[in-house]
Amino acid sequence: MITLSAVKKNYSSDVAIGPVDLQIPSGGVTALVGPNGAGKSTLLTMIGRLLGMDSGAIEIAGYDVSRTSSKDLAKIVSVLRQENHFVTRLTVRQLVSFGRFPHSKGRLTVADEEAISRSIDFLDLGELENRYLDQLSGGQRQRAYVAMVLAQDTDYVLLDEPLNNLDMKHSAQMMQMLHRAAQELGRTIVVVLHDINFAGHYADHICAVKDGVVTEFGTPEVIMTDEVLSRVFDTPVQVIEGPRGPLAVYY
Amino acid sequence: MLDAPVVRRTPPQPGGQGANPHQQSAHKPTRNSGSLPTARVRKRYWIILGLLIFLGVGFGFGLLAWDNPMPVGSAGFWRIAELRGTSVIVMMVVAICQAMATVSFQSATNNRIITPSIMGFESLYIAVQTGAVFFLGAAGVTMVQGVPQFIVQIVLMVGLSMALYGWLLSGKYGNLAIMLLIGIIIGGGLGSISVFMQRLLTPSEFDILTARLFGSVANADISYLPIAIPLCVVAGIMLLRNAKRLNVIAMGKDTATNLGLNHRFEVMRVLLLTSILMATSTALVGPMTFLGFLVATLAYQLADTHDHRYVFPMAVLIGFVVLSGSYFVMKNVFYAQGVVSIIIEAVGGTVFLFFILRKGRL
Repeated sequence: MITLSAVKKNYSSDVAIGPVDLQIPSGGVTALVGPNGAGKSTLLTMIGRLLGMDSGAIEIAGYDVSRTSSKDLAKIVSVLRQENHFVTRLTVRQLVSFGRFPHSKGRLTVADEEAISRSIDFLDLGELENRYLDQLSGGQRQRAYVAMVLAQDTDYVLLDEPLNNLDMKHSAQMMQMLHRAAQELGRTIVVVLHDINFAGHYADHICAVKDGVVTEFGTPEVIMTDEVLSRVFDTPVQVIEGPRGPLAVYY
Repeated sequence: MLDAPVVRRTPPQPGGQGANPHQQSAHKPTRNSGSLPTARVRKRYWIILGLLIFLGVGFGFGLLAWDNPMPVGSAGFWRIAELRGTSVIVMMVVAICQAMATVSFQSATNNRIITPSIMGFESLYIAVQTGAVFFLGAAGVTMVQGVPQFIVQIVLMVGLSMALYGWLLSGKYGNLAIMLLIGIIIGGGLGSISVFMQRLLTPSEFDILTARLFGSVANADISYLPIAIPLCVVAGIMLLRNAKRLNVIAMGKDTATNLGLNHRFEVMRVLLLTSILMATSTALVGPMTFLGFLVATLAYQLADTHDHRYVFPMAVLIGFVVLSGSYFVMKNVFYAQGVVSIIIEAVGGTVFLFFILRKGRL
């Protein structure tokens, strides 16, 4: 369980995040949705201790994020930002192998190599594993980074817009994969998503963020309604019954 | 070429391949995450390393033996070689310092186009030298030479850079880009002050000063070595032991934090070691602005891996080959020993351009 209590972050006198109180249950996929600049990514990076908060506390599985050592947290939670600095002379497999760093400290064992192979296969990157990162497309690189985070083998996985740069096929595959990781491996996955329909279909919980505060939290059935979505996104949204569940139409 | 086959037989470093040596012999196309992923890359790495060792030994021996009037192996030969040996040792120290400092600095700052020497080290050295001549006249040059002065210069340079790094990285706006910018501005400012003072010097004083401001192995005094060698060896070994962490730091702040490193602490440690190395090299031989950059870039091209455990040895060897090679040429072809920085910049720059244009990436 991830617990945020009275978390605040001030950017300037009129731009602030919080106070946020939120409980993200263990297991399943939780999607953070909301308009641009609402603070979804900020919340996610604060949970993943990439960004400090000004006040409040965040606990992951009982560990206080600001007091637990980064080394120990790396075995509990992994976090991936939208944009990553990449080293040119690094192959996909070498990148994924960095995910084992918290466990192996750079000295890879047979078990580490197996975990790396599993993670690569899970993301369908076997063909590309010896390619260098600068020879990949944005979407392929994105998948390689997700593979690295999965190889880290943490109970909690935080991803900031993992569908960025991905085509239809890989977007759907990525969400199915995350869903499977949550169901089969019991991981708790928190993702920032832009497309509400992906959230509605694949997420177990949806958390709507607006103007720095959490305005809604619930199952897709509760969130996927005309009234809630129109309020959150500040634009008229109509939810219709699609062939595979509710579909938000906003254009 | 002689030692290439010998080198090829060298087994892959155990650390680099993890637990893979067993797997590799068992079934051939194994999947491994080693730093040199394929047999071809491995072979290429060790052949290039062997060639560099060969060249380094060749130039090193050439510096001792070429133009040595005594027959090789006689007592007189070794007497003369011993005298020249100092400059070979100085070159080794400078190669280790510049190569390891630049590679580490570039990784810690995630920037492949800067070198630590523009962060005020060299301009501080130039300002100290110029100031001595400006305020004390031609005699000032000798006043800033000597072991205590050597130590003071190192302490000054390390102190300045640590104050800058510490202040900028721990502040509220702790940010590498701002740190680099301010470092460059301070360097530029100190440089302008030096140029101003140089303008006011008499021609004869200026002439004396100019000789000191060319990076030159001849600037080094043998009495500096007992201080310079331990500093360079200790800092070098610490960086080498830190190589696996450096690999992670090179991935950027967010990824490093995600993988459990205290990014700020790790970067500060690398920058401290870097500034010790740069200060030692600069106080020993003077400014070598381009050498570190050239060596680091060539090392990445030739080693073809991200792993610092492989890049470091390559960079140090390239550094030594470049230094000893240019020294050898300057001494025996142009009879202008000392001013090696000129030939390093001319030839090194050409080689650098060749690589960049041919490969099209840094």
